[in-house]
Formats: sequence, structure tokens, C-alpha cells
Amino acid sequence: METRLHRKVLILFAHPALQHSRVNRKLIAGLDRLEGITFHDLYENYPDFYIDVEREQELLSEHEVIVFHHPLYWYSIPAILKEWQDLVLEHGWAYGHEGRALQNKVLFNTITTGGPERAYAADGYNHYTLRQLLAPIEQTAWLCRMTYLPPFAVHGTHLMQPELIDEYRQQYQRILKAFTRGELEVEQAAGLERLNDILVGTQKGASDVR
Amino acid sequence: MYGESLFVQAFIYLGAAVISVPIAKRLGLGSVLGYLLAGMILGPFGLNLIGEEGQDVMHFAEFGVVMMLFLIGLELQPQLLWRLRRSILGLGGLQVTLSTLLGTLGLSLFGLQWQFALAISLSLALSSTALILQTLNEKGIIKTGAGQSAFAVLLFQDIAVIPILALLPLIATLPEIISSSGHGSHTWVEGMPPLIKTAVVFLSIIVIILAARYLMRPVFRFIARARLREIFTAAALLIVIGIALIMTKVGLSPALGTFLAGVVLANSEYRHELEGNIEPFKGLLLGVFFIAVGSSLDFNLVLENPGRIFGFVGLLILAKIVVLFILGRFFRMGLDQNLIFIFALAQGGEFAFVLASFAVQNGVLPVGIGNQMVAVVAVSMALTPLLMLLNEKLILPRFGTRESEEQEADDIHGDNPVIIAGFGNFGSIVGRLLHANNVGTTVLEYDSDHVETLRKLGYKVFYGDASRTDLLAAAGAEQARFIIISVGDAEKTLEIVETVKRNFPNLSILVRAIGRSHAYELMDLGVDHVYRDTLDTSLKMGVDALKLLGYRSHHAHRASQKFRQHDEAMMAELAEMRHDTGAYISRARQAIFNLQELLKMDLEDGGEDQDFGWDPTSRREEAREYLKKQKKGDE
Repeated sequence: METRLHRKVLILFAHPALQHSRVNRKLIAGLDRLEGITFHDLYENYPDFYIDVEREQELLSEHEVIVFHHPLYWYSIPAILKEWQDLVLEHGWAYGHEGRALQNKVLFNTITTGGPERAYAADGYNHYTLRQLLAPIEQTAWLCRMTYLPPFAVHGTHLMQPELIDEYRQQYQRILKAFTRGELEVEQAAGLERLNDILVGTQKGASDVR
Repeated sequence: MYGESLFVQAFIYLGAAVISVPIAKRLGLGSVLGYLLAGMILGPFGLNLIGEEGQDVMHFAEFGVVMMLFLIGLELQPQLLWRLRRSILGLGGLQVTLSTLLGTLGLSLFGLQWQFALAISLSLALSSTALILQTLNEKGIIKTGAGQSAFAVLLFQDIAVIPILALLPLIATLPEIISSSGHGSHTWVEGMPPLIKTAVVFLSIIVIILAARYLMRPVFRFIARARLREIFTAAALLIVIGIALIMTKVGLSPALGTFLAGVVLANSEYRHELEGNIEPFKGLLLGVFFIAVGSSLDFNLVLENPGRIFGFVGLLILAKIVVLFILGRFFRMGLDQNLIFIFALAQGGEFAFVLASFAVQNGVLPVGIGNQMVAVVAVSMALTPLLMLLNEKLILPRFGTRESEEQEADDIHGDNPVIIAGFGNFGSIVGRLLHANNVGTTVLEYDSDHVETLRKLGYKVFYGDASRTDLLAAAGAEQARFIIISVGDAEKTLEIVETVKRNFPNLSILVRAIGRSHAYELMDLGVDHVYRDTLDTSLKMGVDALKLLGYRSHHAHRASQKFRQHDEAMMAELAEMRHDTGAYISRARQAIFNLQELLKMDLEDGGEDQDFGWDPTSRREEAREYLKKQKKGDE
């Protein structure tokens, strides 16, 4: 019998222009009301980019699963999330000989992209898979002794139909709840290409726009 | 009529100063040499415009030296003076002792009787405080190692005059000459037993220090509240003259007394204001003093026996140079500093004039020797600025290393890079921010009550009106990087800006503008850094209003930044337009006009937040087009 590990989830949300994003507005709706989940909106809290490092480190310490939730901007994270990494993940705290504050915590990205999934492949116009493009984050997790999981990806947002957005929203919440209830098998998840695929019965739940 | 002759005198002295000093400075000779030359030309041996009264004028003008020492005291905080104790006692003490010994020995070898030799050497060991400090100040090296050493020696000499005056009558060998002129003023302590005399002397010094420490600040505060400048000036003069009077009455050097009072007041908030008030008097009196020295040079005596006089001048300077050089080595001065130190102090001083007449009156020296001594000292003083110039232009460039000098200067220079004028609600925030980041600021504030409170909180705040050139100079406007003008009075602000622009063209200006029209006026004056005092607060309030309406905070923040950019661009455009409206419009009407124009421009380019990089609309369109084409291809 497996031991159930209840994990608290911290969502670090970064979107500078939410008024333009149909998909993300839906994805985050109601997250702050879920038990065991802390929704933390970086652009809302730090409009002038003056990040409170101490507060951020406290938040990290209080949670076991860290989610970078953001649109993919130029194959990377939005500016404030990079600023957050640069300032909060201090040497001697997050990494380095003494830096073990994040040890064994789980990290993954929740990413929305305008382009379709097949564009993120060697033969697509983006040439790399999403997982490959996220190598800097994966390596960051490794250096901080964290467990890195593949991204929860929502592709093709430009022309996504409302029903499909809803379906993604449900998937996202099921995954987050699975963490808080200790139902998600981290080792199994680590080997996947997308975290979406962990959901039994919805392996190919949402089809991309082709 | 006495009044008329006074005017004539004043006219001659001032005229001489106004003509000769700028010329001398232009020629790179320094003001002191200019004054001396003017004195020589005007004196009995030149145009004969200044007659015998030159001597009296000199005694009067010596008061300039007293004022100068008061000002020097103001610059010298007690901590700094304590740091100089080794230099004052060691360097100064050894200089006087060695010079006297060497002189006495040398002159005795010339066949002079030892009493004469000792009296002459004691008088000649002393250098000219007025000349040296004025010159060093003008060259801006008073705070360097050499300047401080020279100052320490001079301070010791000022103190040494007192025992020398006491000692001279003891070695009198000639009958006393009863002086008809009432020059030797009677002191209170005359005829008292030595023990009580000493006690009285020490008591008066203690009284001066205690009064300066505890009495003067409340008095100044009271005076400052009256807000009458001339009364403050009067009070400042009153202090200096009063102390000089007490010191003279107890038989001490008045310069020493005012110096002590200056040191005690150096930490007070009224320091810069006092400096500003006394400075012009000091400058004028010193100028007159130097003119008088120049005019008192007895050319007849020099011409009668030029070889003898110049020979003695040469010997005097040489002897001083040797002693000073040895001391400089002994006290581990760098070569550059040692050279400056040597050439600054290598002359006789005004004390020699006093001591010479005193010695002749008391039968210590024969009249002939006394007169020759005065001539020698006067010539050596006239040569000093030339020697220093020679050192600066020929010797230092060849043997010196300028850099070490610079470093030393930095070390002692405590001047702050930033001056803040006005430390109210606005200025105090700027000041605190700089303070928190260890930036030194000199604060000028016109509200004396406010000054007192801030002082209690440990801020370095000085009382005074920042639109005055002298006060700004005293606050270090010459050396500061920039001035922050944050007074709450629009007119006063313009006044300060104009003063700074005119007198300290190198000082950058950061200025608080009270409203938009004021900002335009400041821009017209050519100020680059204008800060409208309510702009940021209004924008911040606007941001919060947007947030309360449901805008995301980062969006609202960027909107305000965008708006600010728009507003500043409009500002520049309107500044131009203002001049095209032609005639002068009142400030109130100007404000309405500005707002009208602004609102019009807002309609054209509203300054709303449009960040196209984050706007997916066009990409969405493109994706739709692409999809359509593909569907067509599939069919």
C-alpha cells in the first residue's frame, strides 16, 4: 500500500496583460478558493517589479509543489518571473552547499501557447519541443535539488473554443487537487512529455487545433 | 573735517583694492601680493597718498586677523583640533624653539650681544598668520596636510606671543623709552600677583568657552526668529569684538580668544550663517591690513643699505627654510607637502612689528635695529607670495608628485557632495533617502524652530537663507556636486536658482517646482532637473483609483508611467507655446491656459496604456487567415 503524501501547492502566476488572455482568465478562475492551493499573482503584487524576497521565500517554504503558471513569451517565461528567480532563489538558500530550502519540492510549469502543439517539434516551425525549450527551468530545479515535472501545456489558445478552454480548466484543477490529496505519483509523472497525460482516461482529452 | 578725511581714506584704500587685486589675480599672483603692491605704490615712498596714519590703520586692520581666526575656528570642529594636538605642540613648539636657538646663535656669531640676538630671534621666529592663511585659503590648500601643518604652527605662534611679551622686558639692557602714544592699552590684570593673573586668564577662557557652548545658541535662535539679517550680522560682530575686548583686557591674544569661540561654535547650526556674515568684514579688513603693511615698507632704509637689508632677508628666509625642512622630515611629511609648508612659513610676520615696537619701548632693542627688523620682515612678507608662486610653478612640478597631495586633500576634506536648501516635508524625504544611503548632505533651512528640532534628532542642519551667495559658499557650494532646492516658496526658489546659476555655474541644480507654471519658469531659467511637487502623488492616487475600478495593478502602474511620459512631452511642447502667446499672462490665467491646452492634447493622444507586444489580436488574426487557407487547400 502506498503512503499518501498531501502536498500544498503554490501557483506563481505571471501574466502582464491578462485583459488580453481569454484562456488564462478561465484557467485561474476560482483557484484561490481551492483547499491546499495558494494562488500568487506576481504582476498584481509587484506592479513595479520590487519583489519582496523574504515573503517569497516564506511562501516557498510553506508549500511542497511550486507551479510557474504563465504564457510562453519568446520561448521563455515573462519578465517578472525571471526577476523573481534572480532575486528569490538565493545562493545559500535555494542552492549551493548550504542551500537546501527547496530540497525535494516539486516544480513544474503551466504554460499556454498561441501556436498549436505540433509546432513544438523538430519538424514544426518552432523546431523544439516544449520540454526542450524549458531546459533552463528543469536545470534550475535540478540545482535546487527539486523534482522537475513536465509542463501542463495548453496549446493553440489563439482560436480555442470556449468548451475546450473549460475542459483544460477541469484537467488543471484535477491535477492540482491530485497533488493536494496525495494522489499524484510523482515518479510516473516525471517521465511524461506533458503533465496533461497523467490523467487516466483523458490521455488525449483535448485535441489541438490543426 | 574728520568725516571728509575718513571718506578720502576709505576711497583711497577701497580704490587701491579694487584696482590692484583683480590685476594681481589676473597675473596669477594672488590677492595678498596685489594688496601689498597697492600699499607700496600708495605709501609714503610711492605716491604718498597714505601717510603716517598707515601705522594706525594697520593696528585697526589687524582686527581682520582676529576675525579670520574666528572663521578658522568655525571651520575646525573640536574633534579636528584634538587630532591636530600633536602638530600644534610638536611642530609648532619645535619650530619656535629651533628658530629662536638658531637665530640667537647665528646673530651672536655676528657679534651682536646675546640679549639683542634673542629678542630679534624671538620676534622673527613668528610667521604671518594673516598672509599665510589668506594665501593658502585662496589656493584652496588650507585643508591639505601642508595647510593643516602650517595652520598648527601658526596657532602655536599665536599662543607663544603671550609668554614672549612677558619675557622681553626681563632681558632689557637699555633705558626704557616712555611712549607718548597711548598705544599700550592697560589691562585689568596689570599689577596683579602672577598667580591671580593666571587664574583670571584661565577663568576668562573658560567663560568664553562656556558662553559659546551654552549661551550663544539660544541667543542666536532668539535673534534668528526676528528674521532681520542686519541684526544677525550685528550679533556676529558683537561676539567677535566682545571676545577680542575681553582677551585684550586680560592680556591674551584676541585672535586666540575668537579662535576658541569659533571652535566651540563649529558644531552649531548657525555656523554657516556666522561665516557668511563675518567673511566680508574679514576680507576687507585683511585687505586694508596688507595695504598698510605694503605702505609701511621703509624704502629709504632699504635704499640706504640695500645689501644689508636684503642680506638679512635672505638669511631670515634661509634659516626658516632649514628649520622647517628638518621639521617636515622629522614629522614625515611628503616632499610636496614639505615644500608647500616651508615656503608658506618662511617669513617674518605681523607679530614682529608689534614685538619690535614693544622691544624698543622696553629698552630691549635699540631703535636702529628695531627699524631694520621691521624693514626686513616687511620685505620677507612681500616676497612670500612670490616664493610660494616660485615653488608652485618651478619647484613642485620638477620634484613633487601631485597625486599624493590630492589623496591627502581628500582625507581631510569633510565637505558634503549634496546641499539641500529647504528641509520641510519635501526636502526632508529627499534628505532622508540620501542619508539612508550614506550620502553626506549639508542642509540649509530658514525656519529656526524647525532647525532646532532637526538638530535634536541628530541631523546636520544649518540655519540660513539659501538665496545668499555667502551662505551657499560657506555651505560648500564651490565643492559640492549639486544642490537640491526644495523650499516651499516659489519666488524664493527662483531667487536661489538665479544665485546659484550666477555664482556657482558648476553646481548642478535639482529643483522642486510648485505647480506647473512654476515649473515653466524654472525651465526658462535653464534648470534641467525640475520636479513638480504633486505629480507623483497625483499619479499614485490615479493608479489606486484605477485599481479600485478593477484594473490590474501592473496595468494601472504602466498606465501611469505612460501618462507621465505623455504629460512630460506635453510639458516641453507647452513650454515653447507659452512664449508664442506673446504678452505676459498672470500665473493664474497661465494655469487655466495650460490646462486647456493639455486637455486638448489628451484628446489627440490620450496616453492610455497600449502595449502591443502583449496584445495577441494581430497574431490571432493571422492564425485565422492561415486556418482558412489550409481548409481551402484540403478541399
